[in-house]
Amino acid sequence: MKALSQKRRHPMAAIALLLMGLLVTGGLYAVATTVNQAKADTTSVSASDVEEGGKLFAANCATCHGMGASGSQAGPSLVGVGAAAVDFQVGTGRMPMQMNGPQAYQKPAQFNEEQTRKLAAYVASLGPGPAIPEENLVDGKGDASAGGELFRVNCAMCHNAAAAGGALTRGKFAPALAGVSGEHIYEAMVTGPQNMPVFNDSNISPEGKRDIISFLKTIEANGSPGGADLGALGPVSEGLFVWIAGLGVIIAFTIWLTSRTS
Amino acid sequence: MSATTTPDASVFVAETKGGRITDFVDQRVGGSGILREFGRKVFPDHWSFMFGEVALYSFVILLLSGTFLTFFFDPSMAETRYAGSYLPLKNVEMSVAYSSSLDISFDVRGGLFMRQVHHWAALLFVASVSVHMLRVFFTGAFRKPRELNWVVGGVLLILSMAAGFTGYSLPDDLLSGNGLRIIDGVIKSIPVVGTYISFFLFGGEFPGTVIISRLYMLHILLVPALILLMIVMHLFMVVVHKHTQYPGPGRNDGNVVGYPLGPVYAAKAGGFFFIVFGVVALMAGFFTINPIWNYGPYDPSPVSAGTQPDWYIGFVDGALRLMPGIIGNWQVEQVWFGHVFSFNVLLPALVPAGIIFTVLFTYPWIERWITRDNREHHVLDRPRNAPTRTAIGMAGFTWYCVMWAAAGSDLIATHFHVALNDVTYWLRALFFIGPVIAFIVTKRVALALQRKDREIALHGRETGRIVRLPHGEFIEVHAPLDEYKRYKLVGFESPSPLPAVPNDHGVVDKKEKRRAKLSQWFFEDRVAPATPAELEAAHGHHGGHEAIEAAESQKTLSR
Repeated sequence: MKALSQKRRHPMAAIALLLMGLLVTGGLYAVATTVNQAKADTTSVSASDVEEGGKLFAANCATCHGMGASGSQAGPSLVGVGAAAVDFQVGTGRMPMQMNGPQAYQKPAQFNEEQTRKLAAYVASLGPGPAIPEENLVDGKGDASAGGELFRVNCAMCHNAAAAGGALTRGKFAPALAGVSGEHIYEAMVTGPQNMPVFNDSNISPEGKRDIISFLKTIEANGSPGGADLGALGPVSEGLFVWIAGLGVIIAFTIWLTSRTS
Repeated sequence: MSATTTPDASVFVAETKGGRITDFVDQRVGGSGILREFGRKVFPDHWSFMFGEVALYSFVILLLSGTFLTFFFDPSMAETRYAGSYLPLKNVEMSVAYSSSLDISFDVRGGLFMRQVHHWAALLFVASVSVHMLRVFFTGAFRKPRELNWVVGGVLLILSMAAGFTGYSLPDDLLSGNGLRIIDGVIKSIPVVGTYISFFLFGGEFPGTVIISRLYMLHILLVPALILLMIVMHLFMVVVHKHTQYPGPGRNDGNVVGYPLGPVYAAKAGGFFFIVFGVVALMAGFFTINPIWNYGPYDPSPVSAGTQPDWYIGFVDGALRLMPGIIGNWQVEQVWFGHVFSFNVLLPALVPAGIIFTVLFTYPWIERWITRDNREHHVLDRPRNAPTRTAIGMAGFTWYCVMWAAAGSDLIATHFHVALNDVTYWLRALFFIGPVIAFIVTKRVALALQRKDREIALHGRETGRIVRLPHGEFIEVHAPLDEYKRYKLVGFESPSPLPAVPNDHGVVDKKEKRRAKLSQWFFEDRVAPATPAELEAAHGHHGGHEAIEAAESQKTLSR
């Protein structure tokens, strides 16, 4: 301690202090923050999972994505997309893709949960990427009203304020979100499937994502307080309804009223 | 002779107390005279005559439910935090207007029902006004002496759209705020004065803090008062002109065939009010309309997918969606003298609506000028018997519908799994060729129906009974029509083109030549109704096919 205090007036002291300060803040930040950090979830994955996943991949996915998931003319490389991307794409049935087109359609999943987990383990082993989110982030028990605000600012322009979906350019579209599991919603946000942008943890914090999922789950559970929601599509379905059903019924009544008994 | 008056036998004194009170009032107000006059007013019975009534009743429902809503709505744009019972918006920052709309929906007893009654009735109001106008147009009911009433009806249509739009904006939710932003953009695209008008209207830069209270004033005071005034004028003229009637035996321009207002028709009309109210109430009870809680409070930054106006503003929104920003290499938005001229917004927002309403308001005079028909008409045309007018109407209707559909282009794309861009390209093409196709097809269909009518009038209706004659020929037996049915098929006017007529100076001027050309275009394709001589020839003796055919080839002119 004495040696330190003796050298405090050394010409290099100020520089040393600055360097130390920078190192400490930088180091602390690096430790504290998890922003953009690639997470490879290896806790529940064994080597045999990876191996079996590799076999499933070679049999079902390699035609387009290439052996070793290195990509081909028909499909992109999957090195570094992470387990979350596989869980979303395969878990919602979008992969294997039904047909080429502007966007892969959701369909009944082709692989069961076990197989999906193995495929995800294999792809995650190829390079670090977003992991499957933990249970507490997708439980839908966050702050629904905060999630609603985040949803309106970040998601509603494509998915519609009531999450009923919407059109994008040239045949692409943002799907409706009713019935999508919290896990898949979370994975979609971190991996940006199809035409969706990536919302990484610095765009929307994991708690924010949890709130968004809570909002979606809340409005789904609430149903429509005003009666049948007509698809929650807004004035177009309302206009269609009043012209066809409303006016239709009234025309039926006018015909009844003016019909003659003879 | 005593000074005391004894009851004079000639003076009516009612026996009961109620009767005496009624008599007292009647002697001072004269109600029985009015009732006698109106009670004997004759209304022809046809289902298509009842859309005006539907509109009137919807308006009454709007007044009733609207009054209820004003008790709870607060048109303030002051900021507050939501503390009501809808959890997904708990503690969200919003305007008082939106907060009170949510309170009406969730915390006022019956409030959501009344909101939905009000909104469904509004959609039905404009829809029934539109269908009523279509009926009037296609049956030629706008002709003399009803031209001015047609104009009043057109003003009512515009006012009903204004009422609807101002009301749509009041809850200050995200959807209506987006709609207001579009209106703001349209206003700002007006060259030179647009920005000033926008700042004046919004009390500063959009959205400002006053627009909701201003729209509220327009919505609950000015526009309904004007609508009420126009309805009074409209109904007054209906009484003066008497109602039109469809052609039929015994009906002509000098009479009205139907039921008197009292008592049967009044009961029917009164009952119909409750039917309309019932239908609206059922819709409001079982079907959500404008779920403002889904949209969240207005904030200029987010725009939700599927943002549309209510249906009656849809055609303007559709025109905006169809307008390209660049045509070839030409930027539609121009910068002249350092100022931006946003024709890409100005043209689609104002021109189609301008054309539609200009033609709508002037059409009675246009047709009167072309046809030189200055007679009064109280008997309606069947649409097929005025092929060119029907075709013009269908062309305009198609044009409107193309723009209307364009307002839902994104939903067409998602629900039919087609590309949004392709929907837009197709609708752009249909914007130009749709009306032309509709005109040609409608005219051909109308003429074909007329020919069919003529055929039935001359040869009777096909019975489907095939008879084999002794020499082996098969014929289908035709049953002649009764006279009443036949009258409908033959009793109409089919004017031929009116050639140019010299004016007072004996000169055929350019305007008259143009009119003659239009008259040629209007009437050149016509199917003449069967004449008595032709009917005679057809029914008199059965070997007369040649005679009829000869007459037909002379009489029925087709291109």
